[in-house]
Amino acid sequence: MAKMHIVLRVNNREVETLAEPRMLLIHLLREQLGITGPHIGCDTSHCGACSVDMNGKSVKSCTVFAVQAHGAEIITVEGLAGADGSLHPLQEAFREHHGLQCGFCTPGMIIRAYRLLQENPRPSETEIRQGIAGNLCRCTGYLTIVRAIRAAAERMANAKEAAE
Amino acid sequence: MIPAPFAYHRPRSVDEALGLLRQYGEGARVVAGGHSLIPMMKLRLAQPEYLVDLQDLEELRGIRSEPDAVMIGAMTTQHELINSALLAANCPIIGETSLQIADPQVRYCGTLGGNVANGDPGNDMPAVMLALGAKYRLKRQRDEREIAARDFYHGAFSRALQPDEILVSVRIPMPVAGHGYAYEKQKRKVGDYATAAAAVVLTMSGGTCISAAIALTNVADTPLLAGDAADAVIGTALDEAAIDEAVRRARAAANPSADAHGPVEFRRHVAGVMVRRALMRAKERAL
Ligand SMILES: Cc1cc2nc3c(=O)[nH]c(=O)nc-3n(C[C@H](O)[C@H](O)[C@H](O)COP(=O)(O)OP(=O)(O)OC[C@H]3O[C@@H](n4cnc5c(N)ncnc54)[C@H](O)[C@@H]3O)c2cc1C
Ligand code: FES
Ligand code: FES
Repeated sequence: MAKMHIVLRVNNREVETLAEPRMLLIHLLREQLGITGPHIGCDTSHCGACSVDMNGKSVKSCTVFAVQAHGAEIITVEGLAGADGSLHPLQEAFREHHGLQCGFCTPGMIIRAYRLLQENPRPSETEIRQGIAGNLCRCTGYLTIVRAIRAAAERMANAKEAAE
Repeated sequence: MIPAPFAYHRPRSVDEALGLLRQYGEGARVVAGGHSLIPMMKLRLAQPEYLVDLQDLEELRGIRSEPDAVMIGAMTTQHELINSALLAANCPIIGETSLQIADPQVRYCGTLGGNVANGDPGNDMPAVMLALGAKYRLKRQRDEREIAARDFYHGAFSRALQPDEILVSVRIPMPVAGHGYAYEKQKRKVGDYATAAAAVVLTMSGGTCISAAIALTNVADTPLLAGDAADAVIGTALDEAAIDEAVRRARAAANPSADAHGPVEFRRHVAGVMVRRALMRAKERAL
């Protein structure tokens, strides 16, 4: 099938490329654009390792065609750190609270948590657990992940209040 | 997993989409949120030649109330259903059910229209639509019709939907203020389809149940309206004996098959448990 011309923004950078309609967004990101933060875990829409932020929603990029992302604004874990390399509060908190062991689920967890905190800056523990229900971790038992998200939420909310 | 090749279209209007469906006939499929269709395409259980993406059709989005009904555009996502103040006030069973579907990522994408049009007996919204007495508005070129959800489902993935038709909206008769409701679903884990689930919508007056609808998910090859079971509680005080009888009738109506969710007897049993819990919770909530 003929390739289609698509334009999208990924991590604040305009990307123009060609994609076969059946190409999945995860393959565009990883193989064509070299953005390998999002991982392929299950490839069956369950694990959330491939999560990215698309037009302000957390989506599983193994379940979206690249052509559907034409015109979209995408953020992956690579887009969270500052231009000077300083880590995002979520990344800091995952490091401090041991929110990862092997790290395979981490880019998906962090980008999902990013959207969760945009929508709900001070979530309860239950709200965090429900909010990351689409992301599986085979290592940590979630305890440290939840702790990390809580800590990041606090830091971000306090920083925002201080700025206001 | 890579789907079979297809051509992709993203129409800018419903008319343009209907024209494409007319032109490509059986080979064409619409994609809404894609979270039933794309997994099936990856498994090559679906191999459309033409994919018509409805994502730009703003006319298919939104929730609004009319004096006697709530109208929900087919492209309204489950995430939007959960966050709708209008639904929370007038028809809260929809948000309650949406929260039991899949996980947050899936709910940002999955739409009401896709969930009810899909035809998978595991989908949760169809039973709720049966219980609410919803109607589906279907459009094709130069033609439009409305069909009751209760007449829509004929078998697994077999429903009254032509290849050149688009479901544009769902119309729900305005539920009575103070009605009782519940959607009870048993699942093995987050993001799982129901072992069995039950939707209940009822009204009480002076301690007597004056109307009730009960519908079941994933215990037959279509969603089931359990009319006999509802009849067992109408006119009663929803006392234990009436609920026992409704449960007995709902179990008799259920016709599940054995699969990874469990053997037939177990799933039938769970259907009964879900009906019992849903009736009790609906009773508690009714004013
Ligand atoms: C991990 C996972 C878990 C899930 N768990 C559940 C669950 O517990 N319960 C549940 O109910 N669902 C579940 N789903 C399915 C999910 O809710 C889907 O989003 C939903 O079933 C389909 O909606 P969609 O918008 O994604 O439709 P699509 O996948 O885009 O379409 C589904 C079908 O409906 C047709 N269609 C879609 N919209 C229209 C329209 N407007 N007019 C005519 N035809 C149309 C399409 O052609 C296709 O055949 C799950 C999905 C995943 C990936
Ligand atoms: S790889 Fe996409 S959800 Fe697992
Ligand atoms: S840290 Fe290993 S899967 Fe989560």
